[in-house]
Amino acid sequence: MTARRSAPSAGGAHGTPGPFAREVDVLVVGAGPAGLVAAARLAASGAGRIEVLEREREAGGVPRHCAHGGFGTRTHPLTGPEYARLLAEAAGRAGAVLRTGVTALDWGTAPGAAGAQGSGTGADTGAQHGPVLPGVVLNAVGPGGPETIGARAVVLATGARERPRTARLVPGTRPAGVYTTGELQQAVHLFGQRIGTRAVVVGAEHVSYAAADTLRAAGAEIVALVTEQLRAQVPVTRAQSARLRHRIPLLTQTTVAELLGHGRLSGVRVRHRDGRTAVLSCDTVVFTGDFIPDHELARRGSLALDPGTRGPAVDGFLHTSRFGVFAAGNVLHAVEPADAAAREGARAARAVLGFLAGAAWPGPGVPLAVEAPLRWIAPNRITPAARPERYVLRTAAPLRRPVLYVHQDGRLLHHERPVPAAALPHRTLTLTARWHHRVDATGGEVRVSVR
Amino acid sequence: MTVTAQGPLPTGSYDVAVVGAGVVGCAVARELARHPRLRIALVEAQDDVGQGTSKANTAILHTGFDAAPGTLEARLVHEGYERLGAYAAETGIPVERVGALLVAWDAEQLAALPELAQKAERNGCHDTSLLGPDELYAREPRLGPGALGALHVPGESIICPWTTTLAYATQAVRAGVDLHLNAKVERAHRGTGEDHLLQTTRGVLSARRLVNAAGLHADTLDRLLGHEDFTVTPRRGQLLVYDKLARPLVRHILLPVPTALGKGVLVAPTVYGNVLLGPTAEDLDDKRATGSTADGLAGLRDKGRRVLPDLVDEEVTAVYAGLRAATGQEDYRIAVHPEQGYVTVGGIRSTGLTASLAIAAHVTGLLQDTGLDLGPVREPQPLTMPNLGEAFPRPYQRPELIAADPEYGTLVCHCERVSRGEIRDALAGPVPPRSLEGLRRRTRARAGRCQGFYCGAAVRELFESAQNEGIRT
Repeated sequence: MTARRSAPSAGGAHGTPGPFAREVDVLVVGAGPAGLVAAARLAASGAGRIEVLEREREAGGVPRHCAHGGFGTRTHPLTGPEYARLLAEAAGRAGAVLRTGVTALDWGTAPGAAGAQGSGTGADTGAQHGPVLPGVVLNAVGPGGPETIGARAVVLATGARERPRTARLVPGTRPAGVYTTGELQQAVHLFGQRIGTRAVVVGAEHVSYAAADTLRAAGAEIVALVTEQLRAQVPVTRAQSARLRHRIPLLTQTTVAELLGHGRLSGVRVRHRDGRTAVLSCDTVVFTGDFIPDHELARRGSLALDPGTRGPAVDGFLHTSRFGVFAAGNVLHAVEPADAAAREGARAARAVLGFLAGAAWPGPGVPLAVEAPLRWIAPNRITPAARPERYVLRTAAPLRRPVLYVHQDGRLLHHERPVPAAALPHRTLTLTARWHHRVDATGGEVRVSVR
Repeated sequence: MTVTAQGPLPTGSYDVAVVGAGVVGCAVARELARHPRLRIALVEAQDDVGQGTSKANTAILHTGFDAAPGTLEARLVHEGYERLGAYAAETGIPVERVGALLVAWDAEQLAALPELAQKAERNGCHDTSLLGPDELYAREPRLGPGALGALHVPGESIICPWTTTLAYATQAVRAGVDLHLNAKVERAHRGTGEDHLLQTTRGVLSARRLVNAAGLHADTLDRLLGHEDFTVTPRRGQLLVYDKLARPLVRHILLPVPTALGKGVLVAPTVYGNVLLGPTAEDLDDKRATGSTADGLAGLRDKGRRVLPDLVDEEVTAVYAGLRAATGQEDYRIAVHPEQGYVTVGGIRSTGLTASLAIAAHVTGLLQDTGLDLGPVREPQPLTMPNLGEAFPRPYQRPELIAADPEYGTLVCHCERVSRGEIRDALAGPVPPRSLEGLRRRTRARAGRCQGFYCGAAVRELFESAQNEGIRT
């Protein structure tokens, strides 16, 4: 399918099915916190027609089914669904068009667009001023049929999901009663479905405790939380509250070795690091955490991905390797809290406004990589004009009083002691961007290590 | 149309009872249903058709190039390949003729290829060719380093095993076959007169002729009928299904040079646009051991890494294990016992899907040998199955369909792009699913990379409201 320019009055006339070609100024894919905030800011700034495509029936993203608190601000705390609703209303009030039930499927071809193809090394269109319309084309489908949408800029805000049991290669049978937190929360909070009576939660992060709360709300007894880490990945007060107030055992240094049962789950075999195994009798198991960006659209568009995050590689202004395409939110770093995704949406909006006003599209920049035990860093490209607000990182192993070092070609650019003093896997670790100006834009990869 | 899943079985005698609603049993029932004078029952222990070996296999439509020449299996696979190919084209079962490459990784394997080509020739497969390394890597650029050559078998194809079994069952039921689910045969004896009396978990069923298509349990049923001809040893095959984003990595079915234990571990695309890695081959005692193991999965990943190094970096969408019915003999165990009015269809191994229509015709012939008068023929009504294959337009890609019914443009399962319309149709089908797994096999809903993170609860909601609707009406 190719994009056609159509007169404003042209549309998907009934009886003549076929791709309905339209143009907008900015197309946002995904109506979670990042996408909604980006759309609201862009619409409020008079960036023209701003459209948000959301494949679910309701806007709001993951917070829609996080019935717990912890959203909003300290002075104005909100539950997930309240937060999701407020963000959607704000985007709508600002003039953005929210289109739910519409799925962005794939990229179309844009006559006149100079988008980078392949591995992202082709983004040498930096000096171009005022992109030729339409810049980027996406094919979508919804109840109204297929459509082709051209936009001057696109913001990918497709979010992240938890790895399911299969992707974690947990052996055993394939019984019913196996969940991710996402499915569990929707089942309980959006549909009021029955879950089970005895549940094991895999993981001991914030999301794992949230899953345990949801299970208890659905009337299930929690048999145990199981983590391969040495301790829970949440503040001591939260872990203690679960253990002491709700009498939920925490099995550390333990993995789920096998799922048992035909038809319905009958138990999970767990294995301690020392080799001991045991069977926990249960009818439900929830695999929590282990998030991965939902990067299908990015990959279909041949956007360069960062090997660490597996999301699109972006610079400090959230430019991807493809001309006119920005990315924000947890598709870049699976996962940060909703307010971090929202702040990034606002940042993407500022960058899009600059681009629409004629700012040059940067080249691929210098890659930014991490060394073990660090797992990933975002943003992960360094371009001279785009200094990020900060970097977020993850470590694979707990670090006590870590010091982060930034090197380029053997030259030390920076070192700092992050706050807080201990870094845990699955918890946000940040690095300032104070060293940005020291990077040689023609030099080699910049590497972050820890000591 | 009669499909029952609970309550007592009908009284009165059937002309033929087929035990086992796998791909073979359903094919036999469909073939017999072409004879409208016959009263036929298809009896299944589980709650859906195709719940055993038929649902967990490598989903390949084989040319039979590597069968043992002269065996019944070789003949039926060759014939079945043609029959099922034509049937698939007619009914919309997705098939892709991607071809297979038997890849030689050492000198010994390379030396074995010409002989395999000759064997293919003897099996009526005349279009194979030997490829040198350059041609091989031109055809499969992402193949791991070190391959020396390959035998190209262009006819080898990939197929949807679920749609195939369901198509047979649907046509059989529409033509008047009674499908009885949740009816496990526990005892069998002869009543007064000549009838078989099958004692099932849902009561007694009587039939003048009996076809044993019980797959893994065919030996057990055979013994109930007084025969000790063979023993089925379940041979477990574990498989990994990789994300659809891995599909561009591979173009053909990549086979190793076969060994005594079977065809070895293959890498193959699926019609759903995934990449399959497997199976293992483990001889077991337990016919319920359909679990995967850590060792099995690690072994597969090691083998897969050699064949297609980029594959193991992709996400795994599904893991499953199926049991093949090994009998210790390199052929099917199809036998007729005319005095009993009984046909055993045993030892149908991994080729059963390909051979199913030919087995059905063969078994129908054997039933005639028992004195069964088939009566006149009435061809079944043409059938169009919902398309689950990526090589053909899916409903969300069909503007005319969405214009007529917007439910086909309303996607529920995002990873697999399954619309509400398809789920609704499957739930209202002639052989409806009785579990979410059954719905998945009919639509692919929840079969994608997120495994229900996004859509699981919404799909369950649709399924459960249809169940409740069914109870109310």
